[in-house]
Amino acid sequence: MLTVLLILIPFIAGLIAFGLKGSGPKVLGMIASLASVAIAIGAGCTFHASPDKLSFVASWIPQLGSQFRVGLDGMGVMLCLLTAIAFLLVFITIYNRDIERPNGFYGLMLLSQAGLIGVFTAFDALQFYIFWELALIPVYFLCSMWGGEKRIPVTFKFFVYTFLGSLLMLVGIIYLYFQTPDHSFSWTSFTSLQLSMGDQKWLFWLFFVAFAIKMPVFPFHTWQPDTYDQSPTPVTMILSGVMVKMGLFGLLRWLMPVVPQGAAMWTDVAIVLSIIGIIYASCIAIVQSDLKRLIAYSSIAHIGLMSAAIFAHNEQSTQGVLLQMFNHGINIIGLWIIVEVIQNRLGVKNMDQLGGMARKAPRMAIFLVIISLANIGLPLTNGFIGEFLMFSGLFQYNHWFMAFAGLGIILAAVYTLNMVQKVIFGEGNTLTDNTTDLQPGETLALSLVVIMIFVLGVYPQPMLDLVSKVF
Amino acid sequence: MNALISTALSGVVLMFVGLFVRNKQHIKFFAIAAIIIAFIANLAQFPSVELGSYTMYGMIEVSRFSVLFNAVALGATLLYFLLSGSEFEKVGEHVADYFALIFFILAGISLATTFSNLLMLFLAIEIMSIPQYVLAGTDRKNLKSNEASLKYFLMGSFSTGILLMGIALIYGAAGSFNITELGLGADSVHPLALCGIILMAFALAFKVSAVPFHFWTPDVYDGSPTVFTSFMATVVKAGGFVAFLRMFHVSFAGGAISEHWTLILSIITAATLILGNFSAVFQLSVKRMLAYSSIAQAGFMLFAVIAINQFAAQGIILYAAAYSIATIGVFAVLMKLKDYTFEGFNGLARKQPLLALAVTIFLFSLAGIPVTAGFFAKYFVLSAAIQHGHLLWLVIVGVLCAAISVYYYFRVIIAMYFKQGDPEVEPVSNGFKAALILAVALVLVLGLFPNLLIGCL
Repeated sequence: MLTVLLILIPFIAGLIAFGLKGSGPKVLGMIASLASVAIAIGAGCTFHASPDKLSFVASWIPQLGSQFRVGLDGMGVMLCLLTAIAFLLVFITIYNRDIERPNGFYGLMLLSQAGLIGVFTAFDALQFYIFWELALIPVYFLCSMWGGEKRIPVTFKFFVYTFLGSLLMLVGIIYLYFQTPDHSFSWTSFTSLQLSMGDQKWLFWLFFVAFAIKMPVFPFHTWQPDTYDQSPTPVTMILSGVMVKMGLFGLLRWLMPVVPQGAAMWTDVAIVLSIIGIIYASCIAIVQSDLKRLIAYSSIAHIGLMSAAIFAHNEQSTQGVLLQMFNHGINIIGLWIIVEVIQNRLGVKNMDQLGGMARKAPRMAIFLVIISLANIGLPLTNGFIGEFLMFSGLFQYNHWFMAFAGLGIILAAVYTLNMVQKVIFGEGNTLTDNTTDLQPGETLALSLVVIMIFVLGVYPQPMLDLVSKVF
Repeated sequence: MNALISTALSGVVLMFVGLFVRNKQHIKFFAIAAIIIAFIANLAQFPSVELGSYTMYGMIEVSRFSVLFNAVALGATLLYFLLSGSEFEKVGEHVADYFALIFFILAGISLATTFSNLLMLFLAIEIMSIPQYVLAGTDRKNLKSNEASLKYFLMGSFSTGILLMGIALIYGAAGSFNITELGLGADSVHPLALCGIILMAFALAFKVSAVPFHFWTPDVYDGSPTVFTSFMATVVKAGGFVAFLRMFHVSFAGGAISEHWTLILSIITAATLILGNFSAVFQLSVKRMLAYSSIAQAGFMLFAVIAINQFAAQGIILYAAAYSIATIGVFAVLMKLKDYTFEGFNGLARKQPLLALAVTIFLFSLAGIPVTAGFFAKYFVLSAAIQHGHLLWLVIVGVLCAAISVYYYFRVIIAMYFKQGDPEVEPVSNGFKAALILAVALVLVLGLFPNLLIGCL
């Protein structure tokens, strides 16, 4: 039942939030996300004690052989925890902001949380597809209503891209459904299929394109920098912190186990695409002067590494990806919080207009430095362990791939340190001289991020234990 | 059978009601009462088909499928009366006659779901079509309406002629009018039969506005009074599809012959999907966009005709329901607006949040987004095609076109929610709002539990 609660709480809270006025929605949002975090932690404890209690099956469309089948394994627990924490961090950060039409904003945010949790807990392919789309629709409205100037065409592009990918996946799902002997959508039926090589060859692409668009992997990434740029920053946090993980999750849960031979056949293509993405996105990030776009491109590079590691498909690389999915989520949300603060105070996001903020906002500067270092995977921060495991896994698969992917680290150091330098060091200007330091809510959110960075950087064992049972 | 009798009788009664009742409101209530009676009478037939279908006089075969489809058609018409019934008065004087004509069309549809003789197919198609020619031209003072009526009549008669020719050729090849006894699916293909099938496919493709027989559609839909366009594009079109499906599934399935027509219909389907969707993208008026989108949706329904399996029958029923409810709903809101262009919808969400939300959900359903009925409708027809096995290329075309369809459906949503404007909206009654909420609820309920409908099959 815990798993169902994880979906129901944000869903019901979201529906209620639409009808509330004044500060009602944000209080409700805070309560709902606190409850979600508590339940996610509870689910983590239950997972160690009695994992069976986390699955729930109910009849849904018997004629189709589709059931409402949710459950959690280590990966699911970890991603639900990430989702719950991400939403909590977002709500803490924006608690004191004045948002236009807060009922709609919080309502849609909570609905997208329900959709995301649904994706991470689904063990029925049809249900997975439905939640996959449901997570997308609130985000579409959030970006189009509260985003930047060019939000409408940009968000629309994002929607059409993702929708097309999803439909291809749907075709794959229906095809697999007809192959199952018991005509069911359950994950176990799908994974126990004995598909012919010919089928696996093209089924791989139906799924891969859907997931690659979501992550995004080169060349399916073109929607992403624009969307991150134009979305309201709280939504960008969710998009980059949690939503891209849907793609990685899809690869791990639905692609690799269901069409293993197809995946093995196209592994090199997928890894090469990922590595092109890493280098290409890093190079663009280096020349970016827009803060939001820089982080967007850095995200493509990081996700590229994770997708390459998934396809390397050995124990170490997979462990690394699972760990890094959580860590990347936390780190990038931390970065976005700082961008949000800067935008909120100064109204600009162009790095050429920033500078010298370390003196005026020292607390923010410290947080930015720590999170940036974690983002490039410095030892003792959470980013290190995951990246180390991924590179070591990739090395086992192919030395050259690892070498090229490793360029990403160097390039990441270049653009991240460049960003830190431009934003908080150097000479200030009239704009940045008037800035103020972090407010209590922002400090709290960033402190939580930094605590997680250090705790997981020094002692990643609990998280490794959680995800070690997946494969 | 009950549906046929009750709708035909209701039509006749309503014609006489028009002589004695002058109050247009009362006539509408008569019509609503009549459709409810027809709906119940039709459902009352369920127990008799519980164990299987039965044939009457070798002409009509009543089956679960026909009863269920009639329920969908009558239910959608009821919703149509509730949402758009008051618009009839604005078209012209003879309100009772318009309602009567709608009932005659329904009689044609119920015949189209049950025919077991080619003669009955012909009658069904004609009974469905002739009242439509009249309805298209009801706005007598409007030249576009006159043109629509004439164009529709000429093209429609022409296609009926082709249908008749096809029937004659098939009779020549098989020696029977009974669709279950044609026996054309054998190993060798009689050239007469093949010509007949092709002619029939073309005639029926015209009726459901499949490419390349679609040219009449945008002009007729645009020229006809909007309230009748709404009905023609939904319930009537679904009726045409049922005739199509029944004819091809019962008579022409299996054997060598099905390979021939499968190829022809596949090409027609692909053309319909591509042309319908691409043309819809370039429309400036929402009404014309819906006309082209109805062509595009016809492409999806054709999947069900080509694929001969259980999913096809379920799919066509669900598709008919999902598509009719959503389109009737969008048209009902459209009629409340003064301006039918996309700009006319600008800022509707601020002025009338309920109407905007309803239109959004209807458009989601038309686009096939989960938790709306349209998703499962598309799901079933895609399943039918995938199960067929040889239509995967067509499925991929369909999927790409579905992604394109998002473009034009979302233009309306973008206009309503994200653009500034002050649309002129007619006053909206509470009854209209209630009917709209009912339609939205139906879309969502069928989107979550499609088995409520298809489980009856």
